[in-house]
Amino acid sequence: MIGTDRVEVRKTHKLFIGGAFPRSESGRTYEVVNTRGEFLANIAKASKKDARDAVISARTGFNSWSKASAYNRGQVLYRIAEVMEGRKDQFINDIQDAEGTSNKKATAQTDQAIDRVVWYAGWADKYSQVLGNTNPVSGPFFNFSIPEPTGVVAAVAPQDSSLLGLISVMAPILVSGNSVIVIASTNSPIPAITLSECLATSDVVAGNINILTGDPAEIMPHLATHADVNALDLTGITDPVLLAQLEVEAAGTVKRVRKAPINPNWQVTPSLSRIRAFTEIKTVWHPMGMH
Amino acid sequence: MSFQYAPAPESTSIVNIKSSNGLFINGEFTPGHGTPFKTINPATEEVLAEIAQANQEDVDAAVRAARRAYDKSWSKMPGRDRGKYLFRIARLIQERAREFAVLETMDNGKPIRESRDVDVPIAAAHFFYHAGWADKLEFAGFGSNPQSLGVAAQIIPWNFPLLMLAWKIAPALATGNTVVLKPAETTPLTALLFAEICQQADLPQGVVNILTGDGETGRMLVEHPDVNKIAFTGSTAVGQAIQRQIAGSSKRLTLELGGKAANIVFDDAPIDQAVEGIVNGIYFNQGHVCCAGSRLLLQESIAEQTIESLKRRLQTLRLGDPLDKNTDIGAINSREQLNRIIDLTQSGEDEGAQRWSPDCVLPAKGFWFAPTVFTNVTQAHRIAREEIFGPVLSVLTFRTPDEAIEKANNTPYGLSAGIWTEKGSRILGMANKVRAGVVWANTFNRFDPASPFGGYKESGFGREGGIQGLGAYLTSEESS
Repeated sequence: MIGTDRVEVRKTHKLFIGGAFPRSESGRTYEVVNTRGEFLANIAKASKKDARDAVISARTGFNSWSKASAYNRGQVLYRIAEVMEGRKDQFINDIQDAEGTSNKKATAQTDQAIDRVVWYAGWADKYSQVLGNTNPVSGPFFNFSIPEPTGVVAAVAPQDSSLLGLISVMAPILVSGNSVIVIASTNSPIPAITLSECLATSDVVAGNINILTGDPAEIMPHLATHADVNALDLTGITDPVLLAQLEVEAAGTVKRVRKAPINPNWQVTPSLSRIRAFTEIKTVWHPMGMH
Repeated sequence: MSFQYAPAPESTSIVNIKSSNGLFINGEFTPGHGTPFKTINPATEEVLAEIAQANQEDVDAAVRAARRAYDKSWSKMPGRDRGKYLFRIARLIQERAREFAVLETMDNGKPIRESRDVDVPIAAAHFFYHAGWADKLEFAGFGSNPQSLGVAAQIIPWNFPLLMLAWKIAPALATGNTVVLKPAETTPLTALLFAEICQQADLPQGVVNILTGDGETGRMLVEHPDVNKIAFTGSTAVGQAIQRQIAGSSKRLTLELGGKAANIVFDDAPIDQAVEGIVNGIYFNQGHVCCAGSRLLLQESIAEQTIESLKRRLQTLRLGDPLDKNTDIGAINSREQLNRIIDLTQSGEDEGAQRWSPDCVLPAKGFWFAPTVFTNVTQAHRIAREEIFGPVLSVLTFRTPDEAIEKANNTPYGLSAGIWTEKGSRILGMANKVRAGVVWANTFNRFDPASPFGGYKESGFGREGGIQGLGAYLTSEESS
């Protein structure tokens, strides 16, 4: 135990873009408090420029991550779980502070979050076997359909489940080879920032995962209109007006949009619907015969 | 030397076109409440029939009928029985195939050879394929108890009127949804004939409703509050408008939009076979194909020789009476579309591309456009970027496979692509890198109900056909 008279070293809470930890380009921060109203930290408040930087990083990340073998993607995701496991105590403290929950509940959420990463890690080399198939067409062709990653996905993590909800949104986007820009819970962003430190030491391709903190209502419109973003995951958007606005903006480049689920239950084992939502089915007609 | 063919027109006596046509609502033909419009034969500009224009009152009635049918019969019917209705429909289309083919060619302008050999048989096959799914949905990978969505609003284009109807209606009915379908303004006749098929099949009233009308009818249908699902095939601009229209609602959407497909020919491809594929890729259905191979990418070493063979082949294509069994190129579907093709080809010339067409006499009446090839095309030209939706090919060249991929993917679209090579490994390597939903190797424009169809990027989302196509009409199991 450290003596109570020691002055602790506090952390600066920053964004995670392109594998680095920049402050917001805008120089802005916002204050985050715990459920008792006590000061926790000044958090970087991401701007339009930060969002655009994250898209550039995500596109670069996509180009290598989407080409990684399925086995390799599974190992990198599993590595995230390994590193998270070593940081369990920190996550538990972060969640307790952020959500005001008991140690028991924060521990359970951390355990589930790590286990969910492992669950998705195992899907990396299996989901295409389940979502893809061969097709018995009439004619001399070997015809098959395979799911491929959609590209750059901008996601809003749920506001309430600061770690498990975040992981449950991020992991299925990543597993197929997409890159992601995820906006953490506005009021409870610290577990996400701790996660970004795990990602930085987890063999994750730089830029493949970008975590922004701030106000989704400010950041998301820039991502919804950005031509190099392919899909939106609006899980954390509960304001119907903002949701509709983002869907309108997404139409500009025919983005795929996954809307907020109604009363999500992050505890239950997911279906494949989140993986499916951010993949595209490619169908190939390969000639067959003795030419 | 040129061959002379005696005319071999298909008889139109098999079709019986009513001079005035109503809407098909709740199993019956009823007059529409909007101002009727006329549908013409684009090859002759002769009026074929007067068509009802559905207004808000009609849209409400059709959606109400579809809802009632959904609640009372269709959603409760065992899949086995839904399937049997679809099997009946498949058989009825086969039985009346000649009638459908002639009618399609008269209303659309496509060669009878295509409506007879492609549109109608594949439409029947689509119903047959989906019929078998109706009682097997729990095996399709969408959870153990997948549910239908409700009332599906379906809006289809004029390029494959009956086939697009089949792509929409067959999966919707197989999965237990009911349908309000709007055919395109210029090609409503085969959809109305399909309504008669529904009557002959004794399909329960209201399961399929057909509303003829213009874009305004489509807009009212999309906006109707009691519609659960929208499936649209058409232009990217209209698809985007629909995506905006339903923003914030719980309506589910699938879009099958435009394309600007690359047809990539490598130097080891069998050139004669490739030339046939190039012709089929862009001149099939007068190029009115969203997945048309409108950008030909030739490897530099074979470019000259291939273009020469292509031009020689194009000289033998026969343009003219779509009802003639020897016709290869039929009529452009409408004056509006013809004007768009003329405008874009003019921009090709203005921007410096080299234009070529075979000697060919265009009929005096009707809407016609000679098959056209542009060489010296750069990626910046409008004819290399915009969907022309006509018999116009833009030729570009490449040296390496990487350059071919770079150029193929340099488009906001991503519907289809073609690859011509004798190397199987190159086919799979290229297919892997092309960002497109359908990749044809050593073939082009092939369709099969078992094979999912749909795009990447701005070519839309969702699939039609195959096991994946069922997902567009089922709830996905989502707990979070």
